[in-house]
Parts: sequence; C-alpha cells; structure tokens
Amino acid sequence: MFPTGIDTNGSKTTSYKVVLPFYIYASIAFLVSTIFLFIYSDAFTIHYFHPKALAITHTMAIGWATMLIIGASHQLVPVFIEGKLYSNKLAYTSFVLIAIGVPILVYGFYTFNMHAPAKWGGRFVVLGILAYLINIAMSIIKSKRENVHSIYVLTSTFWLLYTALLGLILVYNFHYTLMPHDSVHYLPLHAHAGIVGWFMLLVIGVASRLIPMFLISKYTHPKLLWAIYILINSALIFYLVLFYFIPNKALTLVSFTLILLGVVLFIIYCLKAYKQRLRKSIDEQMQISLLSIAMILLPMLLLFFIIAFLLSVSEEKISLILAYGFVIFFGWLTSIILGMTFKTLPFITWNKVYHNRAAFGKTPNPKDLFDATIFKIMCISYLIGFTIFTIGILSSWQILLKIGALFLMVTSILYNFNVFKVLRHKPIQI
Amino acid sequence: MNVITNNNIKCTIALAGLEHVYDPEIGLNVVDLGLIYEIQFDETENTVSCTMTLTTQFCPMGESITENVRLSLQASFSQCSISVQLTFDPPWSYELISETGRQFLNR
Repeated sequence: MFPTGIDTNGSKTTSYKVVLPFYIYASIAFLVSTIFLFIYSDAFTIHYFHPKALAITHTMAIGWATMLIIGASHQLVPVFIEGKLYSNKLAYTSFVLIAIGVPILVYGFYTFNMHAPAKWGGRFVVLGILAYLINIAMSIIKSKRENVHSIYVLTSTFWLLYTALLGLILVYNFHYTLMPHDSVHYLPLHAHAGIVGWFMLLVIGVASRLIPMFLISKYTHPKLLWAIYILINSALIFYLVLFYFIPNKALTLVSFTLILLGVVLFIIYCLKAYKQRLRKSIDEQMQISLLSIAMILLPMLLLFFIIAFLLSVSEEKISLILAYGFVIFFGWLTSIILGMTFKTLPFITWNKVYHNRAAFGKTPNPKDLFDATIFKIMCISYLIGFTIFTIGILSSWQILLKIGALFLMVTSILYNFNVFKVLRHKPIQI
Repeated sequence: MNVITNNNIKCTIALAGLEHVYDPEIGLNVVDLGLIYEIQFDETENTVSCTMTLTTQFCPMGESITENVRLSLQASFSQCSISVQLTFDPPWSYELISETGRQFLNR
C-alpha cells in the first residue's frame, strides 16, 4: 500500500556544522555595522560614495545579509529540492573565502585604498560566491526535482556573482580603464543587480516556501511565482540594457513598474497564504518577518521619488538615495533576518541537542532556547532606531542619526545575546 | 486518524507512546499530525514495523522525528526489533491532521 523505498536516512539534512559558522559571522558583522553606523553616522549627511558609507554598506550587504542568507540556504535548499546539499566542503570553502574577503574589502573602502586591500577582498568574495554557486547548482542538478523556489535561489546566485564581478571590475576601473565611464557611474547597476537580482529574488523564492510552511497554510500558486520571477528578471535585464546601450533615464520607469508589479503580486501571494493558514496564532518571529514583506514598499516609494527627482530636475537627490540604501539594508533585509534567525537557528540547535532525546519526555520547544523578552526589546529598539535614523537621513539632522544608530547598536547587541544564548544551549535533563 | 495495523490493541499502545513525539516547529504530536500511516506487528519474528511520512521530504527536523518515533516504539515494545520506514506516497497533506490537531492549531 505504501511504497517504502526510503529508509530513515533519506531524511538527513545539512549538518549544523556547515550552517552555524555563517550565522555566527553574520551576527558579529551586524554588530560591527551598527558600531560603524554609530561612529560614522555623519557620513549619511554627505554622499553615498563616501568611504565610511561604502564600508558600512558592504559590511551589511555581504558580512551580515549575504552571509546569513547563504548559511540558511545551505539548510533550506535541500528542503526545496527534496535532495541533499551537493558538498559540505564547498560550503566550508565559500564560508572561508567570503569570511576572509569581507574584512579586507571593508578595510579597502574604509581607508579608500582601491589597490591591494579592495582588490584582494573582492577576489576572495568572488571566489567564495563562485563556490556557493557551484554547490547550489550541483545540488539542484543532482536532485532532479527542481521547482520554482530552487530556480529563484539559483538565478539569484547568478545575479550575486554578476554583482560581485562587476564590483571587482569597478575596483580595477579606478586604476585601469576597463569601462567607458568612471566607477561611480556604474554604482546604480552594481547596487540594483545586488538588491533586486540577489536579495529580492532570493527573499521572494525562499519566503514563498517558508511563509506557508510556518503558517501551515494550504496556499500554493507556482504560476503566480513564475510570473513574479519573469517580471523581476525582465525588469533587471531591461535596466541592464538601458544602462549599457540606451542611456535614457525616463525608460528606467519601465523597470521600476515591472518590479513594483512583481512586489505587489508577492504581497498578494503572502496575504493569501496568511488567510488560508491553519495555525491561527502568529509568533513574534513570524510577525516581524511578515512586517518585512510590507517594508519592501518603503524603498520602492523612495526609488519612485529618486527617479521622479532625476527626471524633473536632472540631478540626484543625495539624501533620498542614502535613505533608499538605508531602508533596504537596515530596514527590509534586517527585519526579515531578525525574524527568520529566531525561526531557523533554534531549530538547528534543537536538532543538534535533542534529536534523539525527544521520545523520552517533553523537551524544551525550540522557541524556548532564546530569551523572548530580550527578543521583544530587540524588536522595539530596532523599530525606534530604524525610524529615527531614516528621518535623520532625510532631514540631515545629525543628532537624530546618532540617536537612531544608538538604538540600532542596542538592537545588534541584543540580537547577538540571543544568538549566542541559542548556540550555547546545553541539554536540559529529562 | 486511520492507521493501518494488524493488531488493534498493540497499535493503541504504540500510538499512546507516539503521542509524546512532537514536531517541534508545529508543537503537535506525530499522531495528531497524521504522520503515522501503518504499524504492523509480527508475533513470530518479534518485530514492529512502522511506516510514516513527514510534512515535507527532507524536512529539517525529519531525522529527529523519525529517530524519536523509533525510540518511542522501542520503549513501548522493548522486546521487539523496531523498524521505521519513510514514505512519501501518498504525500502528507493538511487533511491528515486529526480533529484534536485542528483544534490545537485554531487556538
């Protein structure tokens, strides 16, 4: 009646030893970013191409968000493809390379040394991403059960590699004429390949699987996800073509509209999953993750104003661009990571500590492995810090920037406290 | 729930033990979640064979859940050899959740 060709080994997942170094590194990078933000908050009143702003952005984008997402995807991709991670060694390799590359690259930006530090940092990061891409691609090929979610992850990793390669070329372009224009000219392309191609595609691909799973929702709509996938990739390819061949600022509105449509469809997808959920009570980790979905609209609104300003007065509104970058990295991405860390990390640790003990009595729930009160204070501190800092950028009011950065630093300290509390959890005698 | 078995009394004992094996994410036990498909008892060979599923293949908690099902059955039938097989045919669906499980999720 039930074909049982699969023994219980078929359920083996990626080892926690592969995943945890990424979480630890990302947590520390978040702390470092907020310390930088507090010390150099005045950089956010000057220009986005400022050494300290570049250092903070890359610590956040690669050290924090990318490291954590790569770590989590080593655990999640096998779930999507219903297969195994191709190679633990490649996962370690990507970790080591990116972990070495980030501080060197950030030091290069911090001191604005585009020679050896920025070049070597960039090379390490590119090689680390390449190792990750091979691992993900091979895992999907070996599983032979590709689906829309895994294609999102794979495509986003290609965009990540493109972003990193373009970034490295831009570093070289400071000293060798590799591109027709100076490196600053290509920053929007580098930034949007990373933000839309890597982060947005990946978050949609992963969240569209995790949100229904965590809400225990029946809702699934692969055709809608494919439509979003086509909209976002078309928008990005169109933007790329515009950038290289047809420098027409008005046409960027086409890309903007396609992305906005994709985002709205994704929000509709999440709303439907929410409405059809079996689990009625929503925990705080999911609440902040769901909030982050709505927070995608904030950078979209700012981007609309940036394009409108550019078209009407033919110049950049620097404070809007700085706020745009800030709400992406410290708003949208940070909020989803703050929620999802405590949705995934406690399970990884629980699995490590209690995987063969749960049959002999009630074990702590994974959510009991971190301090819920600290988590709540962290969320409040985060929302206050994020709001104040954003207003500070838009008003160029330095005292607001300092206060906002202070709250965000407190957020990162509390985040690290809970992360290390989970990691250091010892089994409770049953 | 409709667990297929060849011994109703022993199956009731097995399920009573399995009600203490939880999916830690959902907070619901494997019986009310509808993960247990079949429990067969072989009196002559002294074996207990359980066929179960997971909410998704390669579920991150899958290894832990199946191991705990095995340990629970071993505790209930200490003299027997226990085997646990995973199947995804038919795959798990929300309809398999028991009425008690639905009430728990509706809280």
